Amino acid sequence: MASAAPGGIDLEGVTKRFGDLVALEDVSLRVPADGVTGIVGPSGCGKSTLLEIVAGLEQPTAGTVSVEGASTPGARLERCALMPQSDLLLPWRDALGNASVALENAGGGRRRARAEAAPLFARLGLDGFERRRTWELSGGMRQRVAFARTLLAGKDVLLLDEPFGALDAITRAELQEWLTDALRVEPRTTVLVTHDVEEALLVCDRVAVMSARPGRVVLELDAGFGGGERAATIASPPFLEARRRALEALR
Amino acid sequence: MSRVRAQLAWMVVLAALVAAWQAYVRLRGVPQYVLPAPTDVGRTLWDERGPLASAGGVTAREMLAGFALALGFGVAAAIALHASATVRRAVYPLLVASQSVPVVAIAPILVIYLGFGLAPKLVIVALVCFFPVTVAALDGFRSVDPEHVRVMRTLRASRTAIFRRVELPWALPSMFTGMRVAASYAAVAALFAEYAGSGSGLGDAMREGTAQYDAPLVGAAVVVLAGLALALFGAVTLIERLTIPWSRRVE
Repeated sequence: MASAAPGGIDLEGVTKRFGDLVALEDVSLRVPADGVTGIVGPSGCGKSTLLEIVAGLEQPTAGTVSVEGASTPGARLERCALMPQSDLLLPWRDALGNASVALENAGGGRRRARAEAAPLFARLGLDGFERRRTWELSGGMRQRVAFARTLLAGKDVLLLDEPFGALDAITRAELQEWLTDALRVEPRTTVLVTHDVEEALLVCDRVAVMSARPGRVVLELDAGFGGGERAATIASPPFLEARRRALEALR
Repeated sequence: MSRVRAQLAWMVVLAALVAAWQAYVRLRGVPQYVLPAPTDVGRTLWDERGPLASAGGVTAREMLAGFALALGFGVAAAIALHASATVRRAVYPLLVASQSVPVVAIAPILVIYLGFGLAPKLVIVALVCFFPVTVAALDGFRSVDPEHVRVMRTLRASRTAIFRRVELPWALPSMFTGMRVAASYAAVAALFAEYAGSGSGLGDAMREGTAQYDAPLVGAAVVVLAGLALALFGAVTLIERLTIPWSRRVE
């Protein structure tokens, strides 16, 4: 079976039921290592549940999941870091303290964790914000700190659940480019869940489109439209064609 | 300027009440042993400042030590109740039911068991203060957003790390609310304890004053007790502001 392949994530016939509610039905998907895979779908199609299953926080009712060949929930949890839509920064910690929390959790003390986190924090364009309190940060900055925290967990797999869902359109566009750059510098096996087709096509290498409840994968397409000039890209015929196909599949 | 004036409004109200009380006693010629005038109480406060200060010192020690005991045991109990569902089911209903036993009723029994020294006072104050601290701390632990816990689990956090870095700080504002309630109970509890059997403290001074129809002395003791209660309440509020400045910045 494909799950023997090194790296990446394999989902085989994953079904999740909560009582009578079928959240996910027979989802099969392969996420290759070191790429960005987008999952697009309407609200309530079980995208978040899918990520929680991958992360080992939930177990599927049926089907198998493996992350880099590991299939037990504990082993999956060891390999995945989750970034939720709301940043969930801790107000009793400053920005760098939030970003370095995983290093502290791993042991080694607060001071060392901060020192270890500082270079990456700066590389992500956050230098100067180390000591800011969380309530002093804008929505966009908060998401950057939350992403830094996710990266600093030192996991191979990043699961991003609507990371820009709560931001205004301009900040959102800015962060999409920022994320593309960040993942070029720090490549990880990344799954980006979003309900925004454009965002998925711009940030991801591949996009899987999911249907409304019960969620299943109805289309997979190549993307990789990021990196260029945004305005030109979203007006180009290949982009428009990909967008048309995704929107049609969503309907 | 107008804000300062608004902050001092309570002084005006207090002054008006005291003035009305003074006028009533003087104009109606109320005998001192029935209702002493504020000036009589003030004079006794000054004349008896030595004995009142030492009685106040005794009561303050009982309040502080009992409060500290309640804080230690209350937080420890809340942690145990939070950590284990079995403990919660087995102990929590009994804890709530135990609150229907009035402390006034068991105070004399404790004096019989523990004598006339400091011990029964500490136990009585601690018993009264324990419940609000425990309930508030437990409420705080249980109100943690489960999403925070899920994300922390993917950030390499062990059970203890989640407690230390999320649940405990999260519960602090609620704990301080419980501590403020407990602080305002501590004075009354110490007074009960002294009434039940004691040779010192403000409760003893009040009993003596009542027996001798020395109403100004009783009034002066009440003023000192109120001052102690306010001081403890104020200290808790001050510590809260210094230790968790973030709590007023969130939402």
